[in-house]
Amino acid sequence: MKARVLIRPKEGILDPQGQAVERALPALGFGGVSEVRVGRLVELEVEDPSRIAELCERLLANTLIEDFEIEVADEVTP
Amino acid sequence: MKFGVVRFPGSCDEMDALLACRRYADAELLWHGDQDLKGVDVVVIPGGFSYGDYLRVGAIARFSPVMGAVQEHARAGGLVFGICNGFQVLCEAGLLPGALLPNNGLRFLCRQVEVEVVNADTPFTHGSDAGQVLSVPVKHMSGRYYAPEEMLGEMDAHGQIILRYRAGFNPNGSVADIAGVANEAKNVMGLMPHPEHAVDPLTGSTDGGLLFESLARHADALAAA
Repeated sequence: MKARVLIRPKEGILDPQGQAVERALPALGFGGVSEVRVGRLVELEVEDPSRIAELCERLLANTLIEDFEIEVADEVTP
Repeated sequence: MKFGVVRFPGSCDEMDALLACRRYADAELLWHGDQDLKGVDVVVIPGGFSYGDYLRVGAIARFSPVMGAVQEHARAGGLVFGICNGFQVLCEAGLLPGALLPNNGLRFLCRQVEVEVVNADTPFTHGSDAGQVLSVPVKHMSGRYYAPEEMLGEMDAHGQIILRYRAGFNPNGSVADIAGVANEAKNVMGLMPHPEHAVDPLTGSTDGGLLFESLARHADALAAA
């Protein structure tokens, strides 16, 4: 079963990477973009999706500084 | 007494750490794949990029076989000293509070900084005085120390903030200018600056030697008691 884990910096934690992206946008003509946050996407193939949360807490995310969201695909599209 | 310096794949400061330790006591290298700490009194987790620092700095190294033994050593009151990447590994392992984030400026930094000893009543700093200023280099990409406010309050109350960057020297945006912290029992400490690169007059400062000397004397005193 395919799953995706989205990991992002916790709210309130300064994200200099997001800021750098945000600052680059106006020069390219993309005005009106704010609150850019850069995170990570981890794709997984799992046999037992019930353990993904535990796996995230133990390794994929550091929950002191990051939040994560799990998406499990019900149907695998080719 | 004896220091043991752990070598991970991707470590790069283990030889400097080993040589710094050997100025004050016996020291030998420990291998990340071993669970045997070879009877050392102080475990040093050195700087570098353990396991490539994939995912997050220090995140993978904490699961290496040697870290199980380091956890046990720390739980039994044994001394553990993490420098730079070692600090990151100890935070990820939960042996120290907080986390290290990418530098505010997003750049790799390599420069001499001044840090102030906040708590001189620890095995790592008893050879110095509170308020004493040490000149030591930093060289890192992810050195921005972070802990939530509530945790910081507790750390402060328990004397766990050991080193702070002096005004104007915070290179990375660390909260409360924190450069080094300890656990509540004060037997585990981590810091971003590199004391092992400041032990020889040739490199400009010998202030880093204070920390290794403090550890060596502390462990000797324990053994004699």
